[in-house]
Amino acid sequence: MSVGDYIRGSQIWKSIFRHPAPVDRRNRIVVMLTNFFLHLHPVSIKQQGIALSYTWCMGGITFFLFLVETITGVLLMFYYRPTLQFAFNDILALRDVTTLGIMREVHRWGAHAMVITVWLHMYRVFLTGSYKPPREFNWVIGVLLLVLTLLLSFTGYLLPWDQLAIWAITVGSNMARATPFLGYEGPGAQLLNIGGFDLITSGSDARFLLLGGRFVSEATLNRFYILHCVAIPLVVSLLIAIHFWRVRKDGGISQPL
Amino acid sequence: MESHLQHNPDLTSAVIYGLGWVYLLLFVLNCAWVRRSYAVDGNFRLSLGGLLGKGQEVPFAALWAIYCAMLLMVGIAHLTGSGNPQTFPLKMPEILKEPINAGSNPVAFFVFSTSLFIAMIVFRKVWTTMTAGWLLLNFALLFVTLSVTDYDFRQIVGKPDNVPIVAMLYIVGFFTWLYFRKSVENDKRRAEGRPLVEQENNEKVLTWPDLVYTELICMVVLTAILIAWGIVLQAPLEEPASAAKTPNPSKAPWYFLGLQEMLVYFDPWMAGVVLPSVILVGLMAIPYIDFNKLGNGYYTFNERKFAISTFLFGFLPLWVAMIVLGTFLRGPNWNFFSPYEYWDVHKLELLNNVNVSEWFWLSIMDRQLPVAPAGSDQLTQIGMILLREWLGLVLVAAYLFALPPLMAATVFRKFFSRMGFLRYMVLANLMLFMMSLPIKMVLRWAVRLKYIVAIPEWFFNI
Repeated sequence: MSVGDYIRGSQIWKSIFRHPAPVDRRNRIVVMLTNFFLHLHPVSIKQQGIALSYTWCMGGITFFLFLVETITGVLLMFYYRPTLQFAFNDILALRDVTTLGIMREVHRWGAHAMVITVWLHMYRVFLTGSYKPPREFNWVIGVLLLVLTLLLSFTGYLLPWDQLAIWAITVGSNMARATPFLGYEGPGAQLLNIGGFDLITSGSDARFLLLGGRFVSEATLNRFYILHCVAIPLVVSLLIAIHFWRVRKDGGISQPL
Repeated sequence: MESHLQHNPDLTSAVIYGLGWVYLLLFVLNCAWVRRSYAVDGNFRLSLGGLLGKGQEVPFAALWAIYCAMLLMVGIAHLTGSGNPQTFPLKMPEILKEPINAGSNPVAFFVFSTSLFIAMIVFRKVWTTMTAGWLLLNFALLFVTLSVTDYDFRQIVGKPDNVPIVAMLYIVGFFTWLYFRKSVENDKRRAEGRPLVEQENNEKVLTWPDLVYTELICMVVLTAILIAWGIVLQAPLEEPASAAKTPNPSKAPWYFLGLQEMLVYFDPWMAGVVLPSVILVGLMAIPYIDFNKLGNGYYTFNERKFAISTFLFGFLPLWVAMIVLGTFLRGPNWNFFSPYEYWDVHKLELLNNVNVSEWFWLSIMDRQLPVAPAGSDQLTQIGMILLREWLGLVLVAAYLFALPPLMAATVFRKFFSRMGFLRYMVLANLMLFMMSLPIKMVLRWAVRLKYIVAIPEWFFNI
């Protein structure tokens, strides 16, 4: 009896995996049904649904990159402190002295890659007409996930607190100041006043809400940090779960039922 | 051109050495291609204009082999070339740089990308063959490899945050090629009455092992790529943030640079809020306005001409190309800079653009703009503003409210009858918003138009 067989025959192994190794047809089916991580998948699948030249694998890669970002992000959170005093220096130290400081590189490049793979995933879904009935609503969830991916990247852009970061966020968030009705330099904002008292000012408009101040400051850093590390990832996780569930319920990634 | 401004060397030893490896990589790739070509492409008859007497059968692969040998020699020359890097002969020739620089401007860029887009659709059968694809790939790689020998080009393309965009261009190009290749094949099969590619070999297979192993390999490869990328290229970190020192140019993150580029033509409330919202709402609306039942679950162009063309127009010339423009070609003060041009902070561009109201009152009516007399009541002031901008307001109203029914009666008659009122109106408005950008661009270039409606008093400029 080999060591491998001994381990697979042990009580501990059996208690974890519940069934024999997936070496025959029956157990290959059973494993998909009884393993928590694998049960996202169906037991069997149409060949076109997994043909690389058809699917481009971009949705799966996006999900994988989300996991990479989560893991590297949690590791970075152990080190990085989102305050004016520490933010820049912590990133500097990650670059120059910290062991495994490469996590920051992986995190940043993974983020850029994720934006691109989301686009390519939508590109493929559009070009194969995979948003057509019964999958209309899953496409809508996908668009929401696109927005959240961009927001994740945008909020993370500020955290290194260098010139690149604050000015990119300044340029980006200046747009909010011009929101119709809700930005103090937006059309229609003047109409929102009660007896000559303006409701929308530079201290109460959409940009102020986004930045937590009239300009990019420590309050912004804190706000973006929470959005980046907690708020948006929670929503994204929920939407990903629904997205995947709908893929299963709608009968696979593509083609009419 | 402006040599007195340029203190930086086009070539350094490190760049030459690095390019040597790029050429060697190209050589290896093309060796594989020679092998394929020898197996597939067949022969052509070579007589050298009668010089060879009877003429001789030569495999096409021989041409690729010659190209391959040249790449090898160029690569070795880079790796062994010593001496003064400034005199190294293998670089982007000035004779190519100058016309590219001279011909580059926002108009040419947009015309070029749109023409490319149209050609891509019209000639889809031609450029999606394997040989054409390989030629295009080599051309694109050689263009960047050669251009990198220019200092200014290298500065911009080599910025750490810009490297992903360069990679994205190749990847988007590849997948667009792949899409057209597959759709041309399927459209041909459909015309001949044969089953589509996606209908062949579409038996059910077990997820374990067919899918889970692919996923595992994919994850391992991606992890390796990310770590290698992280080692080779350091994430950018500039000086500590300072609210007092505004960089010039100040740019948003790269994926928003298409939107920032729109600021040239629209005010922030349009470019930064309304148009992005319309893009997102429009994307979400796609499944509900596309009534075409064909093309579900397979690649095709002929069966979805309108949907595919519209989406590709939005994604390629209006999104990806705008990002390229905003990232690589917009320098200090958001001025346009050619690919091989020094980013001169002092470059001046004349901005003598005219509003529709100015054109109407000053040029046509030959009088001053209507202004409410000082101290007049609010109603008079509003009235005078509306009078001043009446033509622009009418134009915008006509665009938004008269065009949809007009199109429903003419070009979109079939759509209107099949989609019903609500779906059609959503589609028509989305199309109008999408086209507002190219229309505004063309008006800016052709008649120097600034705003169609200019009411800065209300922050309402269109």
